[in-house]
Amino acid sequence: MTEKNIIELKNITVRFDGDTVLDNLNLSIRDGEFVTLLGSSGCGKTTTLRIIAGFLEPNEGEVFFGEKNMNGVPAHKREVNTIFQRYALFPHYNVFDNVAYGLKVRHVPKDEIRERVTEMLRLVNLEGFAKRSVAKLSGGQQQRVAIARALVLKPKVLLLDEPLSALDAKLRKDMQVELRNIQQATGITFIFVTHDQEEALSMSDTVVVMNEGRVQQIGSPEDIYNEPKNAFVADFIGESNILDGVMKADYTASFSGHTFKCVDKGFLPGEAVDIVVRPEDVDIVKPEDGMLRGIVTTVTFLGVHYEIIVDIGGFKWMIQTTDYAGVGDTVGLSIDPDAIHVMKKSKYSGLYGDYSTFSDEMEEMNQMSEELAEEFAEEIAEERAEEEGAGSAPDSESGKE
Amino acid sequence: MKNRSFLQRIIGAPYVLWAAIFIVVPLLIVAYYAFTDPAGGFTVDNIKNLGDYGAIFRDSILYSVAATLIALVLAYPFAYVMSRKREKTQQIMMVLVMLPMWMSLLILTYSWMNILERNGIVNAFLGKLGLEPMTLIGTPAAVIFGMVYNYIPYMILPIYSVMSKIDPSVLEAAEDLGSGGASKLYRVILPLSMPGVVSGVTMVFVPSVSTFYISQKLGDGKILLVGDVIERQIQAQNNYNAGAALSLVLMVLIILSLALMKLFAGEGDDNLYV
Amino acid sequence: MKKAIGNIFVGLMYFVLYLPLLIMLVFSFNSGRSTSVFKGFSFKWYAELFTNSSDAVLPVRNTLFLAVLSAVIATVIGTAAAVYIYYVKNKAWKNTLNTVTNIPMMNPDIVTGVSLMLLFVFVGRLVGAVNSLNFFTLLIAHITFNIPYVILNVLPKLNQTDPHLAEAAQDLGSTPTEAFFRVVLPAIMPGVTSGLMMAFTLSLDDFVISYYTTGTDFQTLPLYVFNMVKKPVKPSIYALYSIIFLLVLAVLLFTNISGMKEKKENKPTGRRTGIHRKQENH
Repeated sequence: MTEKNIIELKNITVRFDGDTVLDNLNLSIRDGEFVTLLGSSGCGKTTTLRIIAGFLEPNEGEVFFGEKNMNGVPAHKREVNTIFQRYALFPHYNVFDNVAYGLKVRHVPKDEIRERVTEMLRLVNLEGFAKRSVAKLSGGQQQRVAIARALVLKPKVLLLDEPLSALDAKLRKDMQVELRNIQQATGITFIFVTHDQEEALSMSDTVVVMNEGRVQQIGSPEDIYNEPKNAFVADFIGESNILDGVMKADYTASFSGHTFKCVDKGFLPGEAVDIVVRPEDVDIVKPEDGMLRGIVTTVTFLGVHYEIIVDIGGFKWMIQTTDYAGVGDTVGLSIDPDAIHVMKKSKYSGLYGDYSTFSDEMEEMNQMSEELAEEFAEEIAEERAEEEGAGSAPDSESGKE
Repeated sequence: MKNRSFLQRIIGAPYVLWAAIFIVVPLLIVAYYAFTDPAGGFTVDNIKNLGDYGAIFRDSILYSVAATLIALVLAYPFAYVMSRKREKTQQIMMVLVMLPMWMSLLILTYSWMNILERNGIVNAFLGKLGLEPMTLIGTPAAVIFGMVYNYIPYMILPIYSVMSKIDPSVLEAAEDLGSGGASKLYRVILPLSMPGVVSGVTMVFVPSVSTFYISQKLGDGKILLVGDVIERQIQAQNNYNAGAALSLVLMVLIILSLALMKLFAGEGDDNLYV
Repeated sequence: MKKAIGNIFVGLMYFVLYLPLLIMLVFSFNSGRSTSVFKGFSFKWYAELFTNSSDAVLPVRNTLFLAVLSAVIATVIGTAAAVYIYYVKNKAWKNTLNTVTNIPMMNPDIVTGVSLMLLFVFVGRLVGAVNSLNFFTLLIAHITFNIPYVILNVLPKLNQTDPHLAEAAQDLGSTPTEAFFRVVLPAIMPGVTSGLMMAFTLSLDDFVISYYTTGTDFQTLPLYVFNMVKKPVKPSIYALYSIIFLLVLAVLLFTNISGMKEKKENKPTGRRTGIHRKQENH
């Protein structure tokens, strides 16, 4: 990795039918870096990729490859290659001809094409597949053909648009490792788009978290997880308890009716802030030893640990711990100063609540259905009782005789 | 915004031009002829004169509605039986239904003439049994039969195609919830196959109501339908204005009846084809 | 029991469906001149068909020539049109195109035929031609009713192919035009060929539209058959159609045997082809 920027996007704005898809986006990518654009669908990550590839011209802003302005340069004249989400392999060509496509277009001599394609197929472990029809390959093999087809052209930058989303979980993990290895071995800059935060954290040098056409945070995976910039990033990456709090002074924050020691500073005294506490950073202790006290409402066994929901003054905390607690128990919570992360208020403050529900959809449906479920359970119980009553009566009579 | 190639820009031009000149303009020309006299002056006489053809329009609609209903009544159980066969059998049955369509329907109509005519095969057979010969050709029944015969594959195929796509688990669910036999047919299969019925009805009614050779050959010239009148006005009498007026009204009539059927079949379907 | 009733019913239906074909086959071997009284077995009508004096030779040649020419032209224009419609972004324009494309498929053939004839007559009068109708008006008519069926076959194939295929080719260095010919066209080729086949058979079979749009100089086989009513029908025409029947049967058997290996596809269709279809434009 060098400090030289290989790609730079300056003030990029893209609008589709009046909707702003990218809003004044700025992004620099260094040579040799593995960068991931992370966000949920519609955040603008794929649009960003398509602008770099040349499939889309921005309404405003400039695209630079090194020092060169690329606005208006069509896709086939750009030295970047793309791995498409569904691979976009050419169905009428076999494996060899798919990989050879770019070389043929460039009128590379036949012998050299054979040599380079063969070498590339070896690199992606597809030796002996050259004559196969691509339709007959498994998802993982198709993926490798797509990689080979792009890499054989020795691009300076490889763009990957959710390339692993069609694979099953285990193959996905293997491909993550393999892609990372290929990137390190070749030194080619990878720009990887995904909505999977785990994938982003495990593969990248740099993660770019995007939402609503804007960059929310750029940083190393560790930075993004440990120091989220706002409530959106904290909620999107991993699990978080996000609470309203007030900075009393440097290194002192108050939330949930208690004042905590923390490691953050530089806020105004009395400034309202968002507090993030990761579920694995909370210890469950005896009620009298805890800084906070609450009642356990749900316990879920997840193998590695328990996921425990604790109600503290109406706010449902999520705690991940290997210690068991029973539903209805009163427990104490203990939080270390370095487990408390303080963030400035942002437009996302207050949007992400507690762990009463995991999704917004359930939150709306929940209350109604709980009542109904109770009624329904009562009805079933009544009917059963009637049936049993009717069924047992003749029995008892016959018993008499 | 998207990079459009030169090819993408011009590729549609031939068709857009073609469709404008040979699909849209001809319809305007029909309207022009319908509202002008042979000298080219504006007139509504052509339309007014259509009053003389009231009975013919009525017959055309009656016969084609009858043919459509008969085709539906025959095609529906046929498609149902077909959809319950093994997949290979279904394919063979389907090819067998389509095969006559691939032949010229004209020649098959001829063949029917040979079978049904006064000195034809049926009457020869009756004669051998010592029975009186029957008049078959030249009756409304023969014309309706001809329509059903010609167009029934267009009824069978769409109904079959929809029926064969009904998810078997939906039928299992109906059984699971207590629907068997008739109830399953009435409550599940029939509503789900409605789109096929609608498209089949369209595909039988439209050619039936506008046919002329079926009525000429099997009607023995005694039965006149709208198609015959159009054909006579244009080919025999060279009265293009009257022919255009008849065509225009026929077109409007078909659009109206399809709209009516759409209304009848429910609002759910966005278009007439489905 | 229920099954037996169903099978008997289906059997009867097939019997009626194939009865005229059977009669046609039988009487094509009649040694007599009649098509309703069987005198004895003979190949003479087949023999007559293949003599040069047979007046059916020219219509057959004409029909094949017209079908090939109109199908090829319709396939070129229709494929280009399908690609164009596929890429059209403006919804109102796309709907307009789809609606106009549907007109020849929805309209009764007689209206399509009459409307085209009136156009030709109208233009003919404008330029002062004596005879407005000829081979070229017939060709135009056939191309016009064939194009929509080509579009109908190609569009679904375009919708099925990976939308990124053309982009992938460009990404690898092809110009957009090159990408179309090297990648998109081969991918939609099955739709193009089935469109071509459908156009070819529709053109072969067409009687009504041809009846109104052809001139006196060009007669196709269906027109020849229709005009035969004035003379007594000769068994030779039955012999001709028996041969056609066997050819169609052979083609169907061949395509179905080779088609069985492929996966079942949703074949696109329209009124003439009789298969149910969902429209794209809602």
